[in-house]
Amino acid sequence: MPFSEADIGAIWLTLRLATTVTLILLLLGTPLAWWLARTSSWLKGPIAALVALPLVLPPTVLGFYLLLVMGPSGPVGQMTEALGLGLLPFTFWGLVVASVFYSLPFVVQPIQNAMEAIGDRPLEVAATLGAGPWDRFFSVVLPLAKPGFVTAAVLGFAHTVGEFGVVLMIGGNIPDETRVVSVQMYDHVEALEYTQAHYLAGAMVIFSFVVLLSLYGFQRHSRIGLIAGRSGRAR
Amino acid sequence: MLSLLGRDPRLLWWLPTAIAILFSWPLLSYAGEVKVAVASNFMQPMKEIATQFERDTRHSVVLAFGSSGKFYAQINHGAPFDVLLSADQAKPSALSASGLAVADSQFTYALGAIVLWSATPKDGADLLADLKAGQFNKLAFANPKLAPYGAAALEVLQHLSLQAATQPKWVQGENIAQTYQFVRTGNADLGFVARAQLAPEDLAFAWSVPKSFYGPIRQDAVLLQRGAANPAASELMRYLRSDAVKAILKKYGYDADA
Repeated sequence: MPFSEADIGAIWLTLRLATTVTLILLLLGTPLAWWLARTSSWLKGPIAALVALPLVLPPTVLGFYLLLVMGPSGPVGQMTEALGLGLLPFTFWGLVVASVFYSLPFVVQPIQNAMEAIGDRPLEVAATLGAGPWDRFFSVVLPLAKPGFVTAAVLGFAHTVGEFGVVLMIGGNIPDETRVVSVQMYDHVEALEYTQAHYLAGAMVIFSFVVLLSLYGFQRHSRIGLIAGRSGRAR
Repeated sequence: MLSLLGRDPRLLWWLPTAIAILFSWPLLSYAGEVKVAVASNFMQPMKEIATQFERDTRHSVVLAFGSSGKFYAQINHGAPFDVLLSADQAKPSALSASGLAVADSQFTYALGAIVLWSATPKDGADLLADLKAGQFNKLAFANPKLAPYGAAALEVLQHLSLQAATQPKWVQGENIAQTYQFVRTGNADLGFVARAQLAPEDLAFAWSVPKSFYGPIRQDAVLLQRGAANPAASELMRYLRSDAVKAILKKYGYDADA
């Protein structure tokens, strides 16, 4: 057995974290992307910039500031304590919050691009056929923007699996709580346990390749379907 | 060529002078350069040591700071360092064993010490009482697998018979710098940090763990094969044992090896 119990714990934790974060990001990112795609408000620029901001700071620096902000003297820390939730650093949900923030641009931007690409025309047509705003969103926007959602989910998931610096700074290396695969690999390398590190890295690369391959394969199919549908409609 | 020189007496006069200047130039002005890989926890004292060494010997020192584990991997793959100042003994020993370091050059350049500390100012005795009574949200120390300071903290907990009681509240930093951040930012109420990390005003509110509670934290230096023929490197290895360096060690909270 190439994996220790700690390795397997880290693998499960990573999958749980990445899945949770991806679902939350899709729920949060969809309305945000929709607003960004449709609005003509002056706030569009500032909000889009804020969303992209986590890309700017190195992850360990971002993690350090999250540690400050979510700590007992930081604003978020004081809020979570006042709500009776305790402090977020060193907890699974602390990692979730940090990862949502950190991976937000990777999810919002593909969805936003896909929604912008739809344009006004299909929505106007749907409106003349009597579809209300919610109906238009669910039966026109979501299906047409599907490739964007697939890309967003893949990027959000992959980015969370590969996350290291932020987790390192706010995780505290607690087994089955915050010790994810990337941290476990780092520990192996630092402890000169290279064989263990190779196994974990190999498993992570193969797993990610298979997941990405199947999703992109799926996306290719759906895009072909989409293009055929569009050209058919144009005729 | 020789007949040409023979025909021009001025060249005959200049030639020996030019040769003499050429060969004496390295002796007159050349001083060596030593590239040192330094464990991050020793950054502050090493900067001061390097400055003094450069002044005393005219050699120049290039310092790189990082984790001992990463340096070990890099040296294994040809990193151009002459000397490694590790945070432990394991990596210098492993480098000697694999022939990448000069085996008999390894020695302990500094002894570390740990203290129990909190960002909320409290007397050392009160901190120990809090630790024993479980009066804290989290207890931070460095990962014992990676950092000798963490291994020492674990020994202290075992010595106090508090390992099982405190374990659910452990948070571990990858190194002592991160452990310090956990405590400094107040995210962990208590933490075992290196004495060298605390300013004097912070040290006044820390519990100095008795030396008998944990094995010595030995930080070893080793001369790497690449530096074996470099006079500046050997000189730095000698300099690290000098009295001048012992004074700097003390100033930064380390002990010299007896």
